[in-house]
Amino acid sequence: MTAAEANDSGSRPAMPVTPGYDVALAANVRPPGWTNPKPASNYHLVIIGAGPAGLVAAAGAAALGARVALVERNLLGGDCLNVGCVPSKALLRSARFYADLDQAPTFTGGAPMGSDADFPAVMERMRRLRAHLSRHDSAERFQSLGVDVFIGEAAFAGPRLIQVAGAGLPFSKAVIATGARPSRPDIAGLDECGYLTNETVFNLTERPRRLLVIGGGPLGCEMAQAFARLGCSVTIANKERYFLPDEERDAAEILANALRRDGIEVRHNTVVTGVSREGMEKRVRLVNDHQESTVVVDEILAGVGRVPNVAGLNLEAAGIAYDQKRGVLVDDHLRTSNRRVYAVGDVALERKFTHMAEATARMVIQNALFMGRKRLSSLTIPWCTYTDPEIAHVGLYVQDGRKGGHPLKTFTIPMSDVDRAVLDGEDEGFVKIHVREGTDTILGATIVARHAGEMINEISLAMVAGIGLKTISQVIHSYPTQAEAIRKAADAYQRTRVSPFLAWLSRRWLAWSR
Amino acid sequence: MGYFLRAANPANGLIADSSRDSAPCSIAATGLGLAAYAVGAERGFLSRGDAAARTLAALRFLSDSPQGEEEDATGHRGFYYHFLDMQTGRRVWQCELSMIDTAILIAGVLTTGCYFTAEGNDEREIRECARFLYERVDWPWATAGGSVLRMGWKPGAGFLSYGWEGYSEAMLLYILALGSPTHPLPPDRYGAWTRTYQWENLYGIDVLFAAPLFIHQLSHIWIDFRGIQDAFMREKSCDYFENSRRATQIQQQYAMRNPRSFAGYDEHCWGITAGLGPGFTPRQYEHGLERQYHGYVARGVPFGPDDGTLAPWAAAASMPFAPEIVAPTLRHVRDRHPHAISANGLLTSFNPGFKNNGGGAGGGGDGAIRGWLSPEHQGVDQGPVALMLENHRSGLLWRLMRGCPAIVAGLRRAGFRKGWLGSASR
Repeated sequence: MTAAEANDSGSRPAMPVTPGYDVALAANVRPPGWTNPKPASNYHLVIIGAGPAGLVAAAGAAALGARVALVERNLLGGDCLNVGCVPSKALLRSARFYADLDQAPTFTGGAPMGSDADFPAVMERMRRLRAHLSRHDSAERFQSLGVDVFIGEAAFAGPRLIQVAGAGLPFSKAVIATGARPSRPDIAGLDECGYLTNETVFNLTERPRRLLVIGGGPLGCEMAQAFARLGCSVTIANKERYFLPDEERDAAEILANALRRDGIEVRHNTVVTGVSREGMEKRVRLVNDHQESTVVVDEILAGVGRVPNVAGLNLEAAGIAYDQKRGVLVDDHLRTSNRRVYAVGDVALERKFTHMAEATARMVIQNALFMGRKRLSSLTIPWCTYTDPEIAHVGLYVQDGRKGGHPLKTFTIPMSDVDRAVLDGEDEGFVKIHVREGTDTILGATIVARHAGEMINEISLAMVAGIGLKTISQVIHSYPTQAEAIRKAADAYQRTRVSPFLAWLSRRWLAWSR
Repeated sequence: MGYFLRAANPANGLIADSSRDSAPCSIAATGLGLAAYAVGAERGFLSRGDAAARTLAALRFLSDSPQGEEEDATGHRGFYYHFLDMQTGRRVWQCELSMIDTAILIAGVLTTGCYFTAEGNDEREIRECARFLYERVDWPWATAGGSVLRMGWKPGAGFLSYGWEGYSEAMLLYILALGSPTHPLPPDRYGAWTRTYQWENLYGIDVLFAAPLFIHQLSHIWIDFRGIQDAFMREKSCDYFENSRRATQIQQQYAMRNPRSFAGYDEHCWGITAGLGPGFTPRQYEHGLERQYHGYVARGVPFGPDDGTLAPWAAAASMPFAPEIVAPTLRHVRDRHPHAISANGLLTSFNPGFKNNGGGAGGGGDGAIRGWLSPEHQGVDQGPVALMLENHRSGLLWRLMRGCPAIVAGLRRAGFRKGWLGSASR
């Protein structure tokens, strides 16, 4: 399948159509011949959207005894399962395997193994794993949990009524969890020539020989690296000066160097101004600091941000305020301007992550059904870009801290100082933990490491539990592990607590007690 | 020192970027050269009259050369293009109007104004030109209406899309911009820049972090940061001079750890900074070690890029901060890597591990494998060595610039207090 075919799906992800595993996937997330149940006279909770947020809210509310309706217009599991985290991480793992093969001399001391990636087989593996994981999100499973699952377009018909497929669903409370979709880049000729997004790229069955990735955010960087490692010739056009502009500059520079090592042509400060087709090729015009150039590619992948899905919901009928860019507007308790309606996940939040969607879904069960007062602002949310090395962050960035008037100090441990990372040949990166100056209170952290996404969870736990570096330094970490980097940062903090006076006192004591 | 005497065009005073044939003028090299003339005159490398004549040639050219939005002007709004034709002084290579390189040029210009204080016509004209050139620079224009200074501008295209963020050599640029009597940068812009700083504990050393070593040196050529503090350094109970000492120690610590197992690195062999390298190569493996080499990149520690290329000049330019580790390093380079020193001074860089079977720049023609040697000297390397060694020996430039109203005013507007600044005349 090519980009032109893949793009036929319009503005929402199409049901993958390859035979085999995709049939099993469809049976779970959009069962053929599904019959919507007869609506109840009133629901405690009606949820629009069966992505990660909607599924968590539905399962949680039903488990607590609520009468719940879940409405999905397309695929249960949402972007995460079908066209997001799940297929992309499957692809990244295969790509990492081929990268390790390329690195064979560093492990064996011998010659490179030079294996050419079997792209169709890699995509087939992805489809198999996606179908396997889709069991958790299946319509049948949710029905068995006591959730009324409706397939169809949902729209508000009043402040307490949602219409779906000709049926009315009266509710006491409702949750909008319709997610987001990829932004359409405003580039002359791009629509005509065809391009891929995360909604279509996983439908590819043939490896494009040359790929241009537009966008230097998490999606662009992850996919650029994966496709390069799978044998594509990849150029990435990033309009910013660094990748991942929200992240630390050191992290972004390490990432840029890593992508270059994988053979990717990195073009920062570069804007795509136009695309034209010549035969099967796409000619893409780029401008870098006012200098024009052209790259010729077979496919283009756009990863330039996401916009919330608010169209077609008739939000006005329920008095729900929204914005095309920011999505459904919510307060700190995730409540919309209609006090009976809440919004969670990508449709309402700036940070569009699956775990954020799920966390807000859990909050909203309490806030909507049990008069809870959980606050969005109280959440500690980590995130990770799953490049190699991974880049994970939680809490404050240094600049945010300084702007907020918090003097910060950062304890930095290069991964090259961590035995296990050296032994694994994975010593690129660092752990940086930001504390309030003069205290051991952790305000944030950035980890760049091959398994940074795993390691950041220890910092998140510490922050949520109010554990400082002093305590972390007392936690015995298994040796040798890469997470020891975190304990080393805590040890570095402990060493700063030894004042000259204490050092003097210690020397005197030892001299006296000799 | 000899570099600047050889690389200058006596007709217009412009100084070549590097020793390679047909190299254009670098305005940064010219600024460093102007300061070097003062050092040279003090040390007897050239007479005071010769130094004044060379200086005057440059200042007259810089004052009279075309400024404007034309593609081939010499500068615009008092700033200068990064590279100029050595003969005509016009812009070359479609290069950018460079804010930081202009700052280095202007710092050199101001040095001459402070050094040539005699009453003769030449020295009086030097002072007048220096004042004119500094006061002409429209520093606030370079913020493009934003909160931080931009890095560059091009005719027809406008400002480059990025500005200065994080601690860097831009300290000099900010101080000069803040101190201007004619076009001062508002003081809050300095605060906006320092909010992007990152104070780290790395290898057990507290430091205001920046990866390439030259960042910790460039502003210190002209500004004596010993004992004076801005709000950030007051908060950290440190000063920028002490910070550069620590950054130098981190370089040594990194080389001792040598995480990539590069040839030559040890406690007496370090100096990792922006500069030339062997040139880009695809990823390759040597005895199980991954290697990929680069041309000109901003090398730095501890997170790279690092391809085993060392810049001994960068170690030398840290002499005032940490002589106890710099002097043994220079002796080590002299004894163990003598080919990194030519008759014209320390090379821009060398890579002791780069595989070179006798050909190319590093081969020396005798077939010996001795890594890669930079084929040229650069003005922006030679300047910091000469000037920082002079500061280490006599403090000449620091003393001169402590009397420079622009520097004093700029530091005060940036919030620096205490130390020599307390007694400096307003």
